[in-house]
This record gives sequence, structure tokens and C-alpha cells, in this order.
Amino acid sequence: MPYPTDYKYTKEHEWIKANGNNATIGITHHAQESLGDIVFVDLPKVGTEIISGKTFGSVESVKAVSDLYAPVSGTVTELNPDLATAPEQINKDAHSAWMIKITLKKPAELNSLLSAADYEKFVAEEG
Amino acid sequence: MPAVEATTPAIRRTALHPVHCQMGAKMVEFNGWKMPVEYPSAGGIVAEHNAVRTGVGIFDVSHMGDIRLAGPEALAAVQHISMNDASRLAIGQAQYSALLYPEGTFVDDVVVHRLGEDEYLLVINAGTREKGFNWVRDHTRQFNCAVENLSDDFTQIAIQGPKAVHLLQKLTDADLSAVKFYWVTRGTVCGLKNTLIARTGYTGEDGFEIYVPSDEATSARVWSEILEAGKEFGVVPCGLGARNTLRLEAKLPLYGHEISDTINVWEAGLDRFCKMEKPEFIGRAALERAKAEGLKQTLVGLEMIERGIARDGYRVLDDAGGAIGHVTSGSPAPFLKKNIALAYVPTEFASLGRELKVEIRGQGVRAIVVPTPFYKKPKKT
Repeated sequence: MPYPTDYKYTKEHEWIKANGNNATIGITHHAQESLGDIVFVDLPKVGTEIISGKTFGSVESVKAVSDLYAPVSGTVTELNPDLATAPEQINKDAHSAWMIKITLKKPAELNSLLSAADYEKFVAEEG
Repeated sequence: MPAVEATTPAIRRTALHPVHCQMGAKMVEFNGWKMPVEYPSAGGIVAEHNAVRTGVGIFDVSHMGDIRLAGPEALAAVQHISMNDASRLAIGQAQYSALLYPEGTFVDDVVVHRLGEDEYLLVINAGTREKGFNWVRDHTRQFNCAVENLSDDFTQIAIQGPKAVHLLQKLTDADLSAVKFYWVTRGTVCGLKNTLIARTGYTGEDGFEIYVPSDEATSARVWSEILEAGKEFGVVPCGLGARNTLRLEAKLPLYGHEISDTINVWEAGLDRFCKMEKPEFIGRAALERAKAEGLKQTLVGLEMIERGIARDGYRVLDDAGGAIGHVTSGSPAPFLKKNIALAYVPTEFASLGRELKVEIRGQGVRAIVVPTPFYKKPKKT
């Protein structure tokens, strides 16, 4: 599965696509594969401030709960409405089943994230 | 026979471990065993679960323990350690029971099979293999009866679902239509003579468990012949993930969750498997006292009525947000398409229809007490 090169990635297996001062966030194909069937997504309300490195919600498979970690800091502007009733969309296509949209608080934080190539390497090494 | 040490052993593997790896199963550690939790090639937990409910699925359950009691006083030995009444068993019949501590709490749950005139097979949990065997051996010394640990001798494969009987019939000369639920027989299975076939399981469906020799070659051959024979029925391999969701829907207890050494038979709701009319068995006196004192807590079924999944260990709250109990097992139910849980609560909260809350990540999420089992297999018409 190729990882979109216009996305950036974290070691916690989130992706972020920046567009000026806005960004869209989801979890990677590798993450959904590890989780198995996703049955529940818990996202913050619109207006919530998320902080880089801190948890902002959770995603659940049948067996387990996994925290979602903010790749960058910002304010939530939109939630993907489909995920409340069809969380399995993430399993079908993790890189288009976005979770939240935010305005960026510190766009410079993007620079310390992984490129697609770095993330693929990281996943391969994780084993 | 020397005691089996109750120290923590290294991670163990079943004889089918290479097969699970070849099939690309996701492996996890469960009670000291490396086991498949799900098979992505089969579609994962939800697909495996639903295959068992509508067709057939197979499980490697070789991690379970097997203890054979044989001798002139084998029945007396079983009666002493087991809470159910084994004297009701005809040859070839099995029953669900439990081994209790003198306090009336659980050493383990067990399926007792009467294999012969004076021969019984006890199948116990993986996590209690050593503890269970030591308990049985130590508490039957006074009886003229040999106690053998056969756990490593068998690869145990469960074939479960409405089509299980059709699948297995293709592989055996035993007439499975003559074997009622919770009865056993012996027959040639995949060319293996005198194989024990039990119509038992842990899924809430019809199904069988077969016990074949535990060498890797035989085990792999049998597993693959079952999958081949089952192709026309849509058979899938199933892991511990589906095993758990299936037994939860059917309200079957799991040791360490609904039953443990701090819970008694009445609290767990297993009254019908406990025959107090037996004059003696370990735990009987404590259970009589507990019955007289009355139940303080009881096991209930919960269904989430607000968005959220109750999970093992989550607290149960009353309307005011006060903690009143805890979830013993909780999960999405793939076939019922609800989020369900079993929980211990004080008896005054245990009425059907009672609304409670489950604390999920700091928030009280509404749930309702519902009848159990959550799922019952359809009656054959």
C-alpha cells in the first residue's frame, strides 16, 4: 500500500495533510491493519484544542481500544460524520477516511513529522 | 507422580502453531500460550464469529487441559471435587461443572465426560492446567483411582456452527446424528481410529470437539483435511478473538472474569450445575452458609443504550455516578450488532430493565440490564 507523499506521518501511525493553515488528520493503513475491524471512533467536539503528542480521542476494534495522538497542535473545525455509523470505512481506505479537520496552531510542528518514505521505513523496521 | 510446578512457564505453543503462522494468523499470548487471535485471510474476528453463527468455523483449542481419572473409585473421586452430579452420567455423556475451593469459590470450570464404566475425562482451562491438575491429584488421593495429565497428548480441534455436523460427518464413520448435545462417541476421524468425538463447545452453537494425537504432522494433516472438507460449507479458521465474542453472546463464563477464586457459585448464577442434594463435595458447606446469608452481588447482562463499548474492568455506576460494580467481560457483539457486557452489581440493581451506567474514559454511558444469554441458537423446527 503506497503511502501518499503529500501526507506527513507520526510514529503513532497517524497521518496529516496540511493545506495552508488547515489540516486533515487520520490513521494510516498500517494502523487499521493492526487494529482489525474498527467498530467505534471517539472524536473530540468541534472547537476542542488538540496538543501535539497528546491524545485527542480513541479508535476501537472488537478486541481493543487505541488512543489517537495529535500529530500537531490546533483547533478542531470538523469531524467526519460518516465515522459515527460506518467506522469500517477506515479499514476500507484509511488514507481517505479522515477523522478530524483542524486549524494549525504552530505550522512549524509539521517539519518534525515523518515523510512517506520515512514512515514506510519505520513500519518495516517495527516488524 | 511429582507435582507439576505452578511457576510461570516459558510461552508454550500448540502443535498447530506452524499452521497458524503459515495461514498468516495474528498471534497473541494467552495464559502462557501463543495462540491465533484472528486470521486476516478469513476476514478477521467479525467474519469468523458470523461464520460460526451461520455456517461453520474451526478452532485450535489444544491449550486446554485434559485430566483422566480411572479406577474403581473414579466416580467417588469426581463427586468429591466436582459440584455437579456425575452419578447421573451414562457412559458417553458429559456435563458442565466446576471444581470449588472449600470457600465455595472457583478453582476452575470443567466439562466432565464419562468415557467408560470407571473412566472420566475432565477438560479444564489453559490458564489453570497446572493448578487444576495439582488440585485434582491432591484432592483425590484417598480414592482408588489413577489421575493422569493427558494435556500434552492431544491436539483438540473445535468444529462449531449449524453446519459443523455436516462437515465432520464427511470425515468420520461415526454416526453423528446419534450423538446428542453433550454426549461423546469414538470413531475413525481422518483415518485415525478410536478418536474421541464430543458434541461440546464454547460458542452457543451446535458443534463438536475432536481429540487427535498431538504430533505436528498428524495435527496439521487433520486441520487441513477439515478445512478442505468444509469448503462447501464456507468453513473458516477462527481465533481466540471470535472464541471470546461467541461465548460472551452465549453468556458462557470465562475463568478470571465471571468466575474466579473470589466469586461463589450463587453470585455467578451457576446454580443449575451445582447439585446441593449431593451429600458431600468440596465447597458444599460454604455454599450452604452463603445461600442462608443471601446474595450480595450478582452477575447481570448489560446492553449499551448510549454510544460506547463497555470493556473488561470498567466500573458500573448508579444514576448518581457512584461506583456500584464492575464489568467482567465487555465487547461488541458481532452477530447481535450491539455492545454487550457481563457485570457484577449489588442484587438491588440486578432487575431486568434497570438502567445503569458504565464508566468509559471518565464518562458515565447508559446501559440497561437485559436477560441472558444475549444469544440463543435457533431451535431446529
